[in-house]
Amino acid sequence: MSAQDLVARAQKWSKEQPWRLYGSQVSILVRNEVRRNLFTRRRIWIYLLALVPALIILTHVIIDRHEPAGPAQIETDTQVLAGIVQLYYFRLGIFFACMAIFTWLFRGEMVERTLHYQFLVPVKREVLVVGKFLAGAVVAIALFETAVLACFGLMYSRFGSAGKAYVFDGPGLGQLGSYLLVTALACLGYGAVFLALSLLFKNPIIPGVVIMGWEAIAPIFPAWAQLLSVTFYLKHLCPVNLPITGPLAIFTIVAEPAPASVAILGLVCLTIAILFLSCFLIHRLEITYTAE
Amino acid sequence: MTPDTSQIVFEGVSKFYGEVLGVNKVSFSLHPGITSLVGPNGSGKTTLMNLLTGLIRPSQGAIYVLGLTPQQPIEFFRQVGYCTQFDSFPPGTNGYDFIYWPLRLHGFGHGQAAKLANEALERAGMAQVARRKVAGYSKGMRQRIRLAQAIAHHPSVLVLDEPLNGLDPMARAESIALFEAIAKQGMHVIISSHILEEVDRISDRVVLMSSGYVVAEGQIKEVRREVRDHPMQILVRCSNAARLAAAAFELDHVVEAKILNDGHGVLVRTRDAEQFYLLLNKIVSGGLVQVDAVAPADDDVNSIYQYLIGSDGGPA
Repeated sequence: MSAQDLVARAQKWSKEQPWRLYGSQVSILVRNEVRRNLFTRRRIWIYLLALVPALIILTHVIIDRHEPAGPAQIETDTQVLAGIVQLYYFRLGIFFACMAIFTWLFRGEMVERTLHYQFLVPVKREVLVVGKFLAGAVVAIALFETAVLACFGLMYSRFGSAGKAYVFDGPGLGQLGSYLLVTALACLGYGAVFLALSLLFKNPIIPGVVIMGWEAIAPIFPAWAQLLSVTFYLKHLCPVNLPITGPLAIFTIVAEPAPASVAILGLVCLTIAILFLSCFLIHRLEITYTAE
Repeated sequence: MTPDTSQIVFEGVSKFYGEVLGVNKVSFSLHPGITSLVGPNGSGKTTLMNLLTGLIRPSQGAIYVLGLTPQQPIEFFRQVGYCTQFDSFPPGTNGYDFIYWPLRLHGFGHGQAAKLANEALERAGMAQVARRKVAGYSKGMRQRIRLAQAIAHHPSVLVLDEPLNGLDPMARAESIALFEAIAKQGMHVIISSHILEEVDRISDRVVLMSSGYVVAEGQIKEVRREVRDHPMQILVRCSNAARLAAAAFELDHVVEAKILNDGHGVLVRTRDAEQFYLLLNKIVSGGLVQVDAVAPADDDVNSIYQYLIGSDGGPA
């Protein structure tokens, strides 16, 4: 089959698809899932996970409000903020929150014995995957963007006019933009991974721990292997570099820094590839609640 | 082969859960009307319904519903409604939302979905309590709200797994009337039930299942005729019962002729009902016996169930 035939087939297929229906189904699924996932008491620990750094910074601001806060301190606090985002949010906060939110999208419905309702409506299973993924992404992004914004605001507010100048006349605003972008990408990347894991395994916790281990040790692997790590792409998009310290530092292979566009595109491609895998896996899923 | 677009077709369908047999080599086709799946617990009725609606996939064989398969979900689920036995609901939902949102996923706009939801709630007798949380419903109400969801989009094929469970006699009668009305509109209604008297009353045909196999399938009377191991029982209310019993005994195929306790009738067990009816006509036309009523005594689902499956048809 020639390339022209393939293109013609793809165009024919695309014309035959009820895209408008898919769009409205996705928006309904997102709406219902967000209500189900965001506004529940079950999610309180995720809110805490997201807001703990902001609460610590707030406490610090209140206790140390009489201490002098000069420009040198701004540099130190910028490093602290980079550590919070890169070490706490990427490695723990977003990781575990995405594990909870995205694995629950299908596996939770299996546990609650309600997934059959989703399978008995005229919705393609691929649309179901996209709808649920976007719902999880909306929840995770809204939560962690708010948390990062709160951390950033609290961190620089105590410096008064110097802080204001750093944010609005210095590099602050650009750093904030980068952090928000990286946070969103982290939610998408980890979300896709955990959605796929929930369709592959009945108990995705153990594979989740394996992924966590992989993300932690990926820097000691060759550069090509690091391409399969979400943190690899995120690290290159962070506005402030954190020096690698500790015993792992001697094994670390510093991969060639990827340009921002490549890092963004790489992570988006990785996310889309994992979502394609989920679309394949969802077709294998059967409603056998007794086996759960 | 082009699948028939008016029938439900099972072609050599088997389903195994690992080593465990769900159903094995099931082949039949169903025409519009009410079809009942009958069989004891674990016989494969729910498996068959889950296969039909794509909740599980067959290990072997193929299933076509009006020429469609669940791999074409948009077309398929516009035609099919399934009221499952799973007594669980999305957390926090109320009766109206439970019907309304799936209709929106069908592609209906707000107005049309609201209209269809209200109509379904009305038909299922749930309109008054539609705004209450489903978690606060009684078992019968939960059953009816699931039924309302299954019928809301006016499917051509309605699949109902134990739909009469938990319903009080009034609600049960109303539900049966609803199934009959739907079937009269030329639709398929497939019901699994262990209440054999009701199955017998409403079904156009039955599929009898045991241990994952279809042991008999067809119209109840046809199935009964096929059960040759068990002679048919015919009850004749008449005068001069002793004369009829004596005449019946002269026929080779009559294995028993028992005069009723009140002396005004005979219960005949015969391997050839047609021949017995011919004899009865002859006796009646000869004026020897005056017949008040003749009726088969065991061509109901309950008897067939007992003959073929060998239990009392306890709860499935």
